[in-house]
Amino acid sequence: MERDDLIVNDSYALNATHSEEEGKKIRKKLYNVTILLTVITIIEVFMGVAFKRNGTFAWETIKLGFIVLTAVKAAYIVLVFMHLGDERKNLKYVILLPYALFIMYLIFIGLYEGLAVQEMNNVWR
Amino acid sequence: MAGHTQQLSKDDLWGGNSSPFGVTYGKMMMWYFLVSDALTFGGLLTAYGVIRHSSSDPWPVGEQVFEALPFLHGSYPLMYVALMTFILIISSVTMVLAVEAGHRKDKTGVIKWLGYTIIGGFFFLGSQAWEWSHFIHGSGGGFQLASPVTVTAELESGEKVEMALPAGSWVHMEAEFGHEYEHAMEGAHEMPAAAHDNHGGHDAHAEAAAAEHHVNMADLKPSKLILNKYTLEHKDGKDLRKLSVTGEDCDKLWAAQAEGTMAFGANLHKNEYAVQQQYSNFFFFVTGFHGFHVFSGVVINIIVWLMAIGGEFERRGHYETIEKIGLYWHFVDLVWVFVFTFFYLV
Repeated sequence: MERDDLIVNDSYALNATHSEEEGKKIRKKLYNVTILLTVITIIEVFMGVAFKRNGTFAWETIKLGFIVLTAVKAAYIVLVFMHLGDERKNLKYVILLPYALFIMYLIFIGLYEGLAVQEMNNVWR
Repeated sequence: MAGHTQQLSKDDLWGGNSSPFGVTYGKMMMWYFLVSDALTFGGLLTAYGVIRHSSSDPWPVGEQVFEALPFLHGSYPLMYVALMTFILIISSVTMVLAVEAGHRKDKTGVIKWLGYTIIGGFFFLGSQAWEWSHFIHGSGGGFQLASPVTVTAELESGEKVEMALPAGSWVHMEAEFGHEYEHAMEGAHEMPAAAHDNHGGHDAHAEAAAAEHHVNMADLKPSKLILNKYTLEHKDGKDLRKLSVTGEDCDKLWAAQAEGTMAFGANLHKNEYAVQQQYSNFFFFVTGFHGFHVFSGVVINIIVWLMAIGGEFERRGHYETIEKIGLYWHFVDLVWVFVFTFFYLV
């Protein structure tokens, strides 16, 4: 039976292939991303070991730095390794937008409530 | 890759004659599954954040808890988990190379790279088993104080500081003494298995039973105890980590032991790392849930690998299955990136 869900000119459609030269270019990009991810991980471990946790402004900044570096890593994994960056705009937004909205709300409400509970604990104990 | 999108008008995209997303049904559904799974993990990690932010007691610090390497003594903070992260990233790379080989219809390439991915997956699972085993056994164990005690402790630099410890503070034993004490306690508790949970501390019953095993629990006394083993404190420019207490003060701490607080490593009821039991519970649940994803990923990879060897995808004329399981495998890597940050670094 003829399949009707194939998009012929898309390189990630079922019957699409790419040549050896195109493959070389893609592989080069993949290797570069590998190096980048490895370097970020090494930096993270180094920061984790080197910096002291003393509740000061500096430590808060470093904590934020960890989260930013993690987001960068996540972005490269999703956009390059899972090649969502090369998919159509429609698919990209259908995947990313609802998730981003949900999770941002969840994090906001979670941390807000968590800190409120801590405050109550400190007052009443 | 992309770029053809511009040539399609809105009518062509949404007119119903072709998929507006430009992917097959299977891939679309894999993405939807991953979004829902990502919500599960997002929920778990947010719950961890809520508990952590709502806690007034100090939270254990990753590089203090996870500093062991297999077969080596000494302190190697975060080295092991960095290795695990690296293994998973590399297996993610070999997976994406397998997908790329699939697009060239290169059967041997697919088999080779998917094979490496499976090996990486096994290495990660093995590492996680070791990590869990180490976390469960702990190093030396510890107990909480029944009453406030003031002691003079020694910094790593040799400087002495006076520490006023409130009731409930954690005091840790050295690894060698802790293991000896744990074995003596296990010997004492051999007969009634249920008693092990109920009486964590050394009580009259335990001592009586220990006497039969030629170990007098009362004679077992540490010569050195450690303060702030898993928590970091930097006050007045001083590094108040892993303070050692010896001599008379050590006896004073030992005598102030609160009954039933003695803990060795971690299980679902007790842990030596934190006041909060949720710390180890979350560690077990989140890394365990992630580990289960890795395990299923390895199983799926092996099945697809065997299909590739059997020439199934050549018969089909495309290697899209590699792409779908690749998405799942990268997702597992993606989750680990976040687990790594929130359980070990921050």
